[in-house]
Amino acid sequence: MNGLSSSRNKAATAGEPGLVAGFLRSRAFWPVLVLLLILMANAFISPGFFEVTIVDGHLFGSLVDVVHRGAPTALVAVGMAVVIGTRGIDLSVGAIIAICGAVMAVLTRDTGFSPAVIMLAVMGTGALCGLWNGVLVAFLGIQPIIATLILMVAGRGIAQMITDGQIVTFHSAFFEALGAGHFAYIPVRVEVALAAVLLLALLLRRTALGLFVEAVGGNAAASRLAGIEARGITVFAYVISGLCAALAGIIIAADIRGADANNAGLWLELDAILSVVIGGASLMGGRFYIGLTVIGALTIQSLTTGILVSGLPPQYNLIVKAAAVLVVLLLQAPRSRALLRARLGGLFGGKRHV
Amino acid sequence: MFKSFFSERTLPLAATILVCLALYGWGMIQYRGFRDTLVLGNLLTDNAFLIITAIGMTFVILAGGIDLSVGSMIAFVGVLIAVLTRDFGFHPLAAAFVALVIGSLLGGAMGWLIQAFDIQPFIITLAGMFFLRGMAFLINLDSVPISHPFVDAFAAFRIPLPGKGWLSASALVMLAAVAGGIVIAHFTRFGRNVYAVGGDRASAALMGVPVGRTTVRVYALSGFFSALGGVIYAFYTASSYPLAAVGVELDAIAAVVIGGTLLAGGIGFIAGTFIGGLIQGIIQTLIAFDGSLNSWWTKIVIGGLLFTFIVMQRLLTRSFVGLRKAA
Repeated sequence: MNGLSSSRNKAATAGEPGLVAGFLRSRAFWPVLVLLLILMANAFISPGFFEVTIVDGHLFGSLVDVVHRGAPTALVAVGMAVVIGTRGIDLSVGAIIAICGAVMAVLTRDTGFSPAVIMLAVMGTGALCGLWNGVLVAFLGIQPIIATLILMVAGRGIAQMITDGQIVTFHSAFFEALGAGHFAYIPVRVEVALAAVLLLALLLRRTALGLFVEAVGGNAAASRLAGIEARGITVFAYVISGLCAALAGIIIAADIRGADANNAGLWLELDAILSVVIGGASLMGGRFYIGLTVIGALTIQSLTTGILVSGLPPQYNLIVKAAAVLVVLLLQAPRSRALLRARLGGLFGGKRHV
Repeated sequence: MFKSFFSERTLPLAATILVCLALYGWGMIQYRGFRDTLVLGNLLTDNAFLIITAIGMTFVILAGGIDLSVGSMIAFVGVLIAVLTRDFGFHPLAAAFVALVIGSLLGGAMGWLIQAFDIQPFIITLAGMFFLRGMAFLINLDSVPISHPFVDAFAAFRIPLPGKGWLSASALVMLAAVAGGIVIAHFTRFGRNVYAVGGDRASAALMGVPVGRTTVRVYALSGFFSALGGVIYAFYTASSYPLAAVGVELDAIAAVVIGGTLLAGGIGFIAGTFIGGLIQGIIQTLIAFDGSLNSWWTKIVIGGLLFTFIVMQRLLTRSFVGLRKAA
């Protein structure tokens, strides 16, 4: 995707035997394979899984359902990927979703602002939340887990304060179309999410910003010496995460036509982190992949949907997710790779690829 | 003497004690009911499971890690005890023993994964959080009452305090756990190893501290304490519910941080965690006494306190850590 990450990748795989390196070097290989395997398993369990029909002028089927439900998760995950790229983590995205949903519901119910103004206000709220996190991490030097924990704890309280502790419902043709409508056979929320992800990808990969993010995540001190405003980049990453969470919050609130401060976006942060990890990013920072993160989010959603349509009790969902995380982590861990390399190195006569 | 007493090690603890006294004093001035020992007894009882869990969390944070699985552990243990006593005819104490062993083993397993594969603790314990919550759902989906004469006796047991208050069995177990935690942290070789590993991992390894074994044991200990918290929670509520204790991991971390333990590891006190847990309880009680404030204020105030304490820690340790890095 860019010079830095590909050279890092070469460095990481340089010591491996050629055959294995070939597999491991194509970083899209594993995430896409996992997604395909899960989809195949779903199709095996419930034969109608791949069927897509047109009903009432929109596409209908389990695959569409995966994309439909996965849209907010993918949005949040992409924001999370940028933060993880800077060697951070954002635990507060669920709370930001709750706050933004609350702001949107109350503004729609109590004021006559046009939807565009309300969306701007909500995105502003998300950016503000991200700014708070970013300042804590970059300027006060607090560990990201803890800095974002503050908003995670207090955020739902703030959301409840905004909604006065109630589930605020609202009516707005615009937001209803956004949450549950269809345009050109495809759910509007999927198109909105896709547009946002593409915009972000353009912003990060067609300018140097993405490179800066990875540089800061790889080594903040070195990037500062190289002339990168490391603290500014860190704040930027958290603001992006806040904006993505705000958009996801808008979609979620628009979908249920109301704001539920307690449950909106609950545990979404975990799914988002998982998506990023499945997408091959390192939690140690320094690399992130937007496209693969979206694949990761879709993987998690297909897993969830698959469990639901398979007729297994939904409580298996959590255990399967836990197992999936563990497998991905163990495959990713440098130490288990080293182990694998030692084994395979013996098998292939230790052919070195430098 | 004065200066050495208020070093960067003890200053957060001193601030914690001050906040606790100020909150409690304010309550006593504002509300007549607060002056009863009844409030104190209830504080100790209602927050027993949280404080017990937070003791385990203190060890993990002291060693430079984090354990997000504790809330799910409480729910899992509760469901396990309920099913063991109802369907398998276990005595609640035997069921509790089984739960404690399983909790320690699961904690140790997470520690081993963290140690052996060098993976970040928060993501492994996140998987543990999913897994344990899922296991709780798998064993039982419904709320199950735990009806056994022993559990009734446990709930009814009380030692009167001067005034109207009393100490419950939960409070006594919690106080014993705090005492045990203090002994482990400050008077055993393991405790010193935990501080050493959290303070500086590389130096600890060079000094011959068994870093790997200490890490595994720290998570096993957290598993044990959170399982004990689950046992107390199950006995105290005489029921189990797989969705119990959602978010307790955050309350426990907050108790540890407000209690003055440094998040970077290496500095902190079990006694501080005890007070940190009490402060959260006092805030809840104050808000309940006020009546006009809604429950969400608890979250906001705890978030604000967390913020204050973390910023204070940063300001205190900035020079300290700088010195250590320069050396």
